[in-house]
Amino acid sequence: MKYDVIVVGGGPAGLFSAAAAKGAGAQRVLVLERDKVTGGILNQCIHSGFGLHMFKEELTGPEYAERALEMLTNTGIEIKTDTMVLSISGERIVTAINPKDGYMELEANAIVLCMGCRERTAGAIGLAGDRPAGVFTAGAAQRLINVDGYMVGRKVCILGSGDIGLIMARRIALEGGIVPAVFELMPYSGGLKRNIAQCLDDYGIPLYLSHTVTAVKGRERVEGIWVSEVGPDLKPIPGTEKLWECDTLLLSVGLIPENELSRDANIEMDPRTAGPLVFENRETGIPGIFAAGNVVHVHDLVDFASAEALIAGRAAALFTSSDASEKTVAVQAGEGVSYTVPQKIRPARIEGAVNIPGVDMDKKCDIFFRIRSRYDNAVIEIDNGTEVMQLPRGHMTPGEMERVSVAQNFLQNTDGITIKVVEK
Amino acid sequence: MLDVLIIGCGIVGTAAAHALSRYDLKVTAIDRLNDIAGETTRANSGLIHAGYDPEPGTLMARLNVRGSELTRQLCAKLDIPYKQNGAFVIAFDEGDKKVVEKLYQFGLENKVPDIEIISGEKARELEPRLSGEVICALNVPGAAIISPWEFAVALAETAARNGVTFKLGAEVTGIKAIDGGYSVATTQGEYKAKAVVNAAGLYAAQVHGFLQKPDFKIIPSRGQYYLLDKSAGNTVKRTIFQCPNELGKGIMISPTVHGNLLVGPSSENVDCPGDAATNAQTLAHVWKTAAKSIPGLNMRENIRNFAGVRANADVDDFIIREAAKGFFDLAGIKSPGLSAAPAIAEELVRLMQASGNALAEKAAFTDRREVVRFRYLDAEARAKIIAENPAYGRIVCRCESITEGEILDAFDSPIPPTTVDGIKRRCHAGMGRCQGGFCSPRIIDLIAKRHNIAPLDVLKDREGSYIVTGIKGVETP
Repeated sequence: MKYDVIVVGGGPAGLFSAAAAKGAGAQRVLVLERDKVTGGILNQCIHSGFGLHMFKEELTGPEYAERALEMLTNTGIEIKTDTMVLSISGERIVTAINPKDGYMELEANAIVLCMGCRERTAGAIGLAGDRPAGVFTAGAAQRLINVDGYMVGRKVCILGSGDIGLIMARRIALEGGIVPAVFELMPYSGGLKRNIAQCLDDYGIPLYLSHTVTAVKGRERVEGIWVSEVGPDLKPIPGTEKLWECDTLLLSVGLIPENELSRDANIEMDPRTAGPLVFENRETGIPGIFAAGNVVHVHDLVDFASAEALIAGRAAALFTSSDASEKTVAVQAGEGVSYTVPQKIRPARIEGAVNIPGVDMDKKCDIFFRIRSRYDNAVIEIDNGTEVMQLPRGHMTPGEMERVSVAQNFLQNTDGITIKVVEK
Repeated sequence: MLDVLIIGCGIVGTAAAHALSRYDLKVTAIDRLNDIAGETTRANSGLIHAGYDPEPGTLMARLNVRGSELTRQLCAKLDIPYKQNGAFVIAFDEGDKKVVEKLYQFGLENKVPDIEIISGEKARELEPRLSGEVICALNVPGAAIISPWEFAVALAETAARNGVTFKLGAEVTGIKAIDGGYSVATTQGEYKAKAVVNAAGLYAAQVHGFLQKPDFKIIPSRGQYYLLDKSAGNTVKRTIFQCPNELGKGIMISPTVHGNLLVGPSSENVDCPGDAATNAQTLAHVWKTAAKSIPGLNMRENIRNFAGVRANADVDDFIIREAAKGFFDLAGIKSPGLSAAPAIAEELVRLMQASGNALAEKAAFTDRREVVRFRYLDAEARAKIIAENPAYGRIVCRCESITEGEILDAFDSPIPPTTVDGIKRRCHAGMGRCQGGFCSPRIIDLIAKRHNIAPLDVLKDREGSYIVTGIKGVETP
């Protein structure tokens, strides 16, 4: 009993991958989801702001998850929830368990990895001091509040002004908690501009840029946090340390693609994204294994993660075999650019006419990337060795993912292109 | 009246409880905390030292070597994670080399098996990540790594199965001699016992002091660590020590028995025995020092910093004695206390016998224990066990692949966990790279359901470590 496509993960990327695979002709498609319901992190994102690109309307997280699941109804796509994938192999065997079916070894013609990402923790940022209850990652707190119905604290400070941190500041305030401050290591917020306005400004919550939490105080439960200003080297400035009293600290200090299965399968990884190196169709270094969504790189918007899943799901359905000698163009991250996705493009495979709302695929390949610092008047330059494409962008910030479209003919006579960002 | 009251349920107290449970005695073990292994035993290097370190002729030397062998046997019988991975003590210069030679001599005198001094080249052949600066090393094949808290849990559970009663959350407030024994007042009532065992670790001098003026002082010494992700777990096979100095055994880098990499510890005296806070400055020093042994360690792989407090004493050796008739001190159990614990317990039995207690062995004594660890099962065993009990088919802790079945097993054990960290210590859930982010909400629910308490009352660890402050639809003060 062989599946055409097995999708690992039933979050938005997984559901869109499955829908796209089915749409492209795959007969037997299976989605494996570890939680009891599909939808992934969207289920705890009860705020709105999702779906503007993909569904052309503003949805809450659970609504977006519902819409994504609806795409799969009556398609014959099989979904197993409460199911944990234990391993995948280069021969495309997936082992998984759940209480109902027990231990399973499942064979697939193609696999799409959609495991999403997880949060960086206190350990990852080397937070010192005591280790009491009351230190949560922002996403874990979000789940406790929005899904489980538990409040996590009364006076809650937040480190990190990424979107999750900002949204949790508002959530705490809405649930009757006090948010004395949000602290941000960088001199700018890592979150979307709209979230600064809607989550902090509207609730009178102060944001302290260039500040960090150096230590936690409190043996059993958080009693306070030590906060310092940081210099241009991002190191605490001696003498600026101040104790903020609170009973809870939320950490919104970054996300890491969750690639333990990928690493165990020996899929080649990109240390910059912490995700697999992927081709234009999101195929990884192992033929027949594809990846999409936050497992590849951390997206800002679920719409873009979903769009990437449409590419990967379709390619997985069409997968027969890969030819290692096929002409490949390397995409290099140049000055000011921290990474690109895809990292490699096979020009002959650039498809047109894939109908993805918001993504122009007409014989062009979209390249996503992040920049390292802020620009007031930036120009993106794409160099293929003979020609430099210049795209004026104005204001740019690392918090927002960038996208450029490269036409097939721009890639025909080169081995590599370099994307860089310069201040005009 | 009890035959024996053991004060303290760390590794020393639980080893004592286990050793005494072999005999026909009425034994109770108490601890001031709400779980066993809640203090020094839960935060240390997790090493079973071979015994080259203590000065020959000391109790420490004898009990370390004996304890190391007993630990190996106990781990096999009681299903405790244990791995004989070997150790190096490395030398960077002539001064270090002299230390290595001295340790080698100590090792020979202490009868540590199979030790040898090897060249830097040979050491690097065996451990390719080792620094090029290493000129020679003491090779100690007998050294091992262990899960210290699982060790204590296993000893306590086995003791409980053999009739020992455990009472947690009972802090001693006074001890007085009574006719034929002692009366020990605690926050949970009075215990009368013919014999009292003081295994109170950091608080051993205080407990001793309830009876008589202590002739020793406990000097709490904190050790800070980095715990690295499993992706760094294969950096070295062996535990790599730098040369010991006046501060301790020297900074080490070691795989853990769970597959992570441990870097540390620092060594600094603290005023308060409960002060297990880390600080950035000391940790930076630990890292810098460790990097000398293994260049190129990646700090980005750090998943947790933690610290433990050693119960050092102002006496150079372990304090193991009958301090007053029927009152036994197992105090000042500094490193290698974990390695020596089962031998310390054996010594206690000997002291009790010498004191005139005729200890009769029980007719039936359970000395086997098995635990399901789904993550270590092969495909066939996994299929079988889920078919038998579907709860093993649901993963609760994703990072470490810990199943609901394993957590339910812990609830059914003789000393059921009541806290999130209690489950972490028994089942390993929450030990992984996400540090409980995914599994703690589910574990809170499992605890609330099992103990029939409100989620508001579920603790992370000790009293006061509440996790949630409100429940939807429930008024809270």
